[in-house]
Amino acid sequence: MATNVYMEALSPTMEEGRVVKWHKRDGDPVKAGETLAEVETDKAVMDLVARADGELRQVAAAEGQTVAVGSVVAVIVSPAEAVGAAPAAAAPATPSGSGKRETGNVATVTAPAPVAVSPLPVAAAADATRVKASPLARRMAKEAGVDLKLLTGSGPGGRVVKKDLERAPSPAASAGPTAAAAATFPVSRFPFPERTGAAYDDVPLTQIRKTIAKRLATSLGPIPHFFLTTEVDMERASEAREALNQQLGDQGKVSFNDIIIKATAHALTKHPACNAWFQDDHIRYWHEVHMGMAVAVEDGLITPVIRNAELKALAEIGREAKELAERARNRRLQPNEYTGATFSVSNLGMFDIDQFTAVINPPEAGIIAVGSIVQKPVVVEGQLTARRRMRITMSCDHRVIDGATGAAFLKTLKQMLENPLAMLL
Amino acid sequence: MATLTYRDALNQALREEMQRDPDVFLMGEEVGVYQGAYKVSRGLLEEFGPMRIVDTPIAELGFAGIGVGAAMAGLRPVIEFMTWNFAVLALDQIVNSAAKILYESGGQIPIPIVFRGPNGAALQLAAQHSQAWDAWVSHIPGLKVVAPATPADAKGLLKAAIRDNNPVIVLEGEMLYNVKGEVPEGEHIVPIGQADVKRPGRDVTFICHSKTVAVALKAAEQMAEHEGVSAEVLDLRSLRPLDEEAILGSVARTNRAVVIEEGWPHAGIGAQVVDVIQREAFDQLDAPVLRVTQADVPMPYNKQLERLAKPSPERVVAAARRVLYLD
Repeated sequence: MATNVYMEALSPTMEEGRVVKWHKRDGDPVKAGETLAEVETDKAVMDLVARADGELRQVAAAEGQTVAVGSVVAVIVSPAEAVGAAPAAAAPATPSGSGKRETGNVATVTAPAPVAVSPLPVAAAADATRVKASPLARRMAKEAGVDLKLLTGSGPGGRVVKKDLERAPSPAASAGPTAAAAATFPVSRFPFPERTGAAYDDVPLTQIRKTIAKRLATSLGPIPHFFLTTEVDMERASEAREALNQQLGDQGKVSFNDIIIKATAHALTKHPACNAWFQDDHIRYWHEVHMGMAVAVEDGLITPVIRNAELKALAEIGREAKELAERARNRRLQPNEYTGATFSVSNLGMFDIDQFTAVINPPEAGIIAVGSIVQKPVVVEGQLTARRRMRITMSCDHRVIDGATGAAFLKTLKQMLENPLAMLL
Repeated sequence: MATLTYRDALNQALREEMQRDPDVFLMGEEVGVYQGAYKVSRGLLEEFGPMRIVDTPIAELGFAGIGVGAAMAGLRPVIEFMTWNFAVLALDQIVNSAAKILYESGGQIPIPIVFRGPNGAALQLAAQHSQAWDAWVSHIPGLKVVAPATPADAKGLLKAAIRDNNPVIVLEGEMLYNVKGEVPEGEHIVPIGQADVKRPGRDVTFICHSKTVAVALKAAEQMAEHEGVSAEVLDLRSLRPLDEEAILGSVARTNRAVVIEEGWPHAGIGAQVVDVIQREAFDQLDAPVLRVTQADVPMPYNKQLERLAKPSPERVVAAARRVLYLD
C-alpha cells in the first residue's frame, strides 16, 4: 500500500504551488500529520502534511519547482514495504499499469512496489522565481542584508554579480528619517547606475504577483468604481491617541491606522449598505464587520482581516493589526486570515501621500484610501489656524453603493474621526 | 644573482646535486658525449665521468627500469627523456614500478628517482611530438610532478626533486630552455607543492604553469594596458601535490579565475583546479571558472593551425573578459 502525496490546494484560489523546502527527504520515516514540505501558494507559505504513516519516497518535485495542484509530488510507502521495496524505489518511474488510483486527496494505490510517480511538468523546470546570482553575490547580499530580488542582475541571463551588489546601498546606509517606512514597505534599492546590460529585465511573475494581477484585473476593469474624497480634521483624534498611549504605557500603542480601522468599522455598523458583497445575482449585506487591512509585503501586498472589528476595543485592534502585519510580511498567514473581509482600508499616509484612490478588493463593495496627516491652515470659527488634517478617499462599487449612500457613510466616518468620543455613543 | 638560461639553471642544479651527493647520477639518450639533446648536461661527463653520466641506447623502457632498480638499491638516479613524447614508452616503469614500489613493499623501499625532459609542443613538431603529458603523470598516486616556468624555479625545483625520496616528474619545455632569468647561486630550493604569484592582481586570477605562465603574463599586461583590469598570475609550479591554499587564497582576493594549460581540455589539470575552486571557494566565486587549453585535437603541423590550437594571450584575454562580465 502506497499513498500518493499530492500538491494540495492550500488556499481557496491556489492553482499551483511552489515547493519552498522539503522538511523530509527521500527515505525519511514520516507520520501522518507531520510537515513534509513548505509550499508557497499564491498567498502564503503553507505546510504540506503527510496523510499516512510510512517512508517518504520518490520525491518528484525539487525545491523551487512549481507544480500544479493535484500533481503527485512524492509517495509514502508503508514501513514493511519500505524495507522490501528499497531497491525498486530507485528504479526509474514507468507508467503505472499495476496500480488502481482512487480519487480524492488521500488516494491509496495498491501496487507491488512503490507506484510510479505520474509525469510532472518537470523539464528540470528552471524555476522562474529563483533569483540568479553568483555564489559570491549571494553571500555578499546575505551579509549586507540586501534582498537579491530587488537588484537588477547585469550578468548573463540576469545573473546578479558582485558589481551589482557594490552599486546597491546597504540597508544600513539608507536608514534615517525614512527607516520606519522602509521597515514597512520594501523600498526599491535601485540606484541609477550607468547601464551596461539590456535596457530592461523580464522578471517572471511570482505566485503572489500572479494572484494580484489576476484579482485586481477583475476589479477596476469590470467594477464600475467611483470615488469620494473628504478632508478630515484630525486634531482631536491626535489628542485622543496621545492620551490613550499615555494610558497604555508599555502595554502597546494605538496608531492612527488603528483608530481609522475602528472608526470605519463603527461607521459601517451605522451604514450597512456599504458593508456588502456584490455576488452576481444578489448583494450580501453583512451584519458583521470584517476589516481588510492592506499590508505591503515583499513583492506584493496582502490584506489580512481583523474580524468583528466593530466589536473590538482599540487596543485589541492595535495588537491584532500589528501581529497580522508581521506575519503577513513573513508570509505566514493562514488562508482564513486573509479572506472574508467585508470592507478594506489602505493607508499610504506614512509615504507622505496626500490622497489616492484604492482599487476595490472584490467582492467587497468599498475601500477607504487614507492619506497622510499634515498641518494645514484652515478657518475655524472665522479664525485662520493650523490644524492637522487628513484626506480620505472612498472607492465605491456603484453596483452596490450609490453616490449619496457612500457620501452619507463617509460623513459619519468623518464625524467619528473628528470627534472620537462619538464612537462611544 | 647571475642571469642564466633555463637550460643552464637545470645544468647548475644537476652539477651542484652531483657534487653534493655521490649517489646522484644522470642517465639517458645522448646525455654524455653529445652533452644532451638540449645541452642540459653540458660539461657533466667531463666533470663526473661515464660512471655517473650514462649514455643509453634508444630504449626508454629499459633505462627507466634500470633507473628504478638503481633507486631500489639506494642510488638517486636522474633519468632524462629526450622528450616526454618518448617517455610514454617507459610509462610501465614509471607508473607500475616507480610509483608503486614504496606502497607495495609496505613502505620498505623508497624510490628516490627523477624523470625529467621537455614536455608539450615546441614548434611544428606535429601531432606525435607536441604533446603535454601533465595530466597523465599527475593522475598517478605515488608520483610528484613539477613544471617550472622560470630559470630560478627550474633550478630550485630540480634540486628539490633530486633530494625528494619519492619519484618526481620534472616537466621542462623545449621552448623554455633559452628563457633567461636571475637565478640564486648555490643552495636554492623551491619546495615541491608551493605555487608562486608571478604577478599580483585584484580582478581575476590566471592559474597557469610551465609555458602558459608567459602566456598569462602577456595577457595580464594587455588587460592592464587596454582594459584597466588587474590580473593576478598564479604559477602552480607543482601539479602534484597541488598548492590548494594558494589557489584558494588568490580566488578569495579576485573572485574570478581562468585556468590555462598546454594540455587538452578533457580531464586536464585545469579540471582538477576548477574542482578545488568550486568545492572550497564556492561562495567566493562571482563567475564560473573558465579554462584555456590546447584545442581538443592532435596538434596540427601547419604553422598557423598550430598557433591557433595553442593557448594564446588573446584566448586568455577573451576568457578573462567573460569572467569579468565585460562582454
